[in-house]
Amino acid sequence: MDPFSDTLQRLREAFRSGRTRPAEFRAAQLKGLGRFLQDHKKLLQEALAQDLRKSFFESDLSELIVCQNEVNLALKSLHTWTKDEPVAKNLMTQLDSAFIRKEPFGLALIISPWNYPVNLSLVPLVGALAAGNCVVLKPSEISQGTEKVLAEVLPLYLDQSCFAVVLGGPEETQQLLKHKFDYIFFTGSPRVGKIIMAAATEHLTPITLELGGKNPCYVDDNCDPQTVANRVVLFRCYNTGQTCVAPDYVLCSPEMQERLLPAMQSAITRFYGDDPRSSPNLGRIINEKHFQRLQGLLGCGRVAIGGQSDERDRYIAPTVLVNVQQTEPVMQEEIFGPILPILSVRSLDEAIDFINCREKPLALYAFSTSNQVVKQVLARTSSGNFSGNDGFMFMTLSSLPFGGVGNSGMGKYHGKFSFDTFSHHRACLLAHSGLEKLKEIRYPPYTTRRKQLITWALSFQNCTLL
Amino acid sequence: MEHEVQRVRNAFLSGRSRPLRFRLQQLEALRRMVLEREKDILAAIASDLCKSEFNAYSQEVVTILGEIDLVLEKLPEWVTAEPAKKNLLTMLDEAYVQPEPLGVVLIIGAWNYPLVLTIQPLIGAIAAGNAVILKPSELSENTAKILAKLLPQYLDQDLYVVVNGGVEETTELLKQRFDYILYTGSTAVGKIVMTAAAKHLTPVTLELGGKSPCYIDKDCDLDIACRRITWGKYLNCGQTCIAPDYVLCEPSLQNQIVQKIKETVKEFYGENVKESPDYERIINLRHFKRILSLLEGQKIAFGGETDEATRYIAPTVLTDVDPETKVMQEEIFGPILPIVPVKNADEAIKFINEREKPLAIYVFSHNNKVRVGWELTTEKYSFDTFSHQRPCLLKSLKREGANKLRYPPNSQSKVDWTKFFLLKRFSKGKFSLLFLAFLGIVAALLVKAGYY
Repeated sequence: MDPFSDTLQRLREAFRSGRTRPAEFRAAQLKGLGRFLQDHKKLLQEALAQDLRKSFFESDLSELIVCQNEVNLALKSLHTWTKDEPVAKNLMTQLDSAFIRKEPFGLALIISPWNYPVNLSLVPLVGALAAGNCVVLKPSEISQGTEKVLAEVLPLYLDQSCFAVVLGGPEETQQLLKHKFDYIFFTGSPRVGKIIMAAATEHLTPITLELGGKNPCYVDDNCDPQTVANRVVLFRCYNTGQTCVAPDYVLCSPEMQERLLPAMQSAITRFYGDDPRSSPNLGRIINEKHFQRLQGLLGCGRVAIGGQSDERDRYIAPTVLVNVQQTEPVMQEEIFGPILPILSVRSLDEAIDFINCREKPLALYAFSTSNQVVKQVLARTSSGNFSGNDGFMFMTLSSLPFGGVGNSGMGKYHGKFSFDTFSHHRACLLAHSGLEKLKEIRYPPYTTRRKQLITWALSFQNCTLL
Repeated sequence: MEHEVQRVRNAFLSGRSRPLRFRLQQLEALRRMVLEREKDILAAIASDLCKSEFNAYSQEVVTILGEIDLVLEKLPEWVTAEPAKKNLLTMLDEAYVQPEPLGVVLIIGAWNYPLVLTIQPLIGAIAAGNAVILKPSELSENTAKILAKLLPQYLDQDLYVVVNGGVEETTELLKQRFDYILYTGSTAVGKIVMTAAAKHLTPVTLELGGKSPCYIDKDCDLDIACRRITWGKYLNCGQTCIAPDYVLCEPSLQNQIVQKIKETVKEFYGENVKESPDYERIINLRHFKRILSLLEGQKIAFGGETDEATRYIAPTVLTDVDPETKVMQEEIFGPILPIVPVKNADEAIKFINEREKPLAIYVFSHNNKVRVGWELTTEKYSFDTFSHQRPCLLKSLKREGANKLRYPPNSQSKVDWTKFFLLKRFSKGKFSLLFLAFLGIVAALLVKAGYY
């Protein structure tokens, strides 16, 4: 028995009924989502603490506030976003009405991961609801505390004929994917991204894949090591390193490495104290499997800072590795933990070549006091997002499209980009049902005179006579 | 195949295709190619589809020239980074979205408008700074050959390469890794393309098809509606992805519609349609036979004449068509127009919604509650399709003092301040502006204090 058929059928029928189309309905859904975030802030903070030992501050900053922000922006902008967008016309369509209409796709599936389980479920949800879709949310089974809150409490705040949470692991997700959806939004690994895309092919379902990769961090000789260290350490260790856009590894000269190491130690001590283990600001690894994986990576290169781990509570110390070879495991997979390998390069060119030999990452970082150097790295590489002299602050700007390129993903969202992602942009031309004389010239038979007129008329693109 | 793709990739990696001036030069060269070799190109299309040279010109060449001209004019604007709105925490930084090329793009064209459906995407891909492998349809053989001959004469030979071949060659090609694939063709092959793309996580654009319904309301000018439908349907002998595929109308309208279409056909193509220079032929024997089989068991109101030797099928209208029959199960892509009677607009809408979403929908009505849809291609959409919009945030290494807020150890006051900086929206009231100014002064003081 397929456990999903009934739910999906119900949602599909609700969509067909046109329920989700009116702006008032969508606004009500968004307001419901906003109330859920406010009413259950504590519950969510506790769930995140349970799943990831996330501090309340981090939960607020990286999950709850972000979601609230997106809800507010959508509520404020819904009217503008849903408006028909007029387009330029040519001479032949001058008297017609030409515009792009934003329409919901229908039934959207959002599959979210465990590392920012609230953010990565609800921010796409804002876009999907604002665009007027019915939504099925499949939160990660790994972040169990959050999964429970999303499954049991969230639906109470939304219209349940148009929204459902489904649960399960890889097997259930495979089963779910056999069904037809009108849009699939997936956040996770490239490996699973391929599986999702292959499944979407069956029904020619459009998709957004927010994937990952190894995000390089180039540190130029020309910079202040302490400032760089502060920024790199903060963004590496945020959420215990379990962030898709975290700096994954550092490329710098051996001289720079010597200056960075003490600066990084200093930053770690400043942020997490002498005993990071007891800092309330450092979280834990999500589960046993990932802990074991990361513990294995501690054996790569040489531990310059940190290196401690404790299986009992899945603790990994903020760690910096040096003398790392490209072939070692720590350079073969996305780290997703508080471990930062430093690799030596002799020049900017070597760093850029190194980066370009690899899959396009989700984020790319370049640190230098020289604007030239930063701009060079930007111009000569490709990545989902780019940040000069900082970590992933671009995540706080809903005016920047967030998404990957190549192996790090396809599609983008945040702010208006979420709304556009979940909307079908339908090209519309409403021709005058009369004025046939003006349209006569396009009909055969094509006399020489008519040919001349048509050629002349078609040569005016984007005419703004009227 | 692997070598070809690698050669093109190496050319892209050289960085040649990126400078604006280079892109403009290539587009200008493309334009010259179309203008200087117009005769050869038109002859090729004409022989593939038995199309008059004028039709080939007005349906394909003019569109391309218009698109190139527009891109040449707008490209400098399109390649410029677009600034993004910032929040208080990023106030002093540079935030923008930079369009970038994706890399090596594969464009698979179709045979029905063999020039436009390869060259129009090519224009967008070049404009966005990519290298391109172009795979024209082997069914429009002559156009495929002329493109393979002409493109290397005008464009960079390593960046823009034509690869010809059938199913076997295309399958081999699809095993290679591309940074984008744009495919125009059938749904069935669309799935094959997407499956191949999934293996490399290659984003795709699939321009497919379907059965585009055409609803004729009883409250409309039937003369005009029938003229427009006749034009749209029989253009290119019905071989247009957005042609009105079938008509939905009230039973009482059928006879009138048939009569008016018949009259219009006579007006457009003369008494003997077979002799009109403006009426095309079916692309090949396989499609000819396929379309013929759709006529089985149908009530032919007019038309129905065929000639296998020339692959001629007359403009045909079928009435009282049963939705379960073959002609309503696949995209017709031929000059046969089934009329399916429905009771009213609501039933028509229900009928349409029960089926797969089509590429286009047509509605003829004076009543404003009913809408018309027609696919438009907007040139900037091509550029955006083939670009990666890369968001960039550039900060200074100075003013580290101002960043104290975000580093641990954390405290409630930090939470409150952070909320303020991230969430605060300023309305355009007088007091808000004053407050903003005050904040600006404070920020400036902080910055100054940061310089120790």
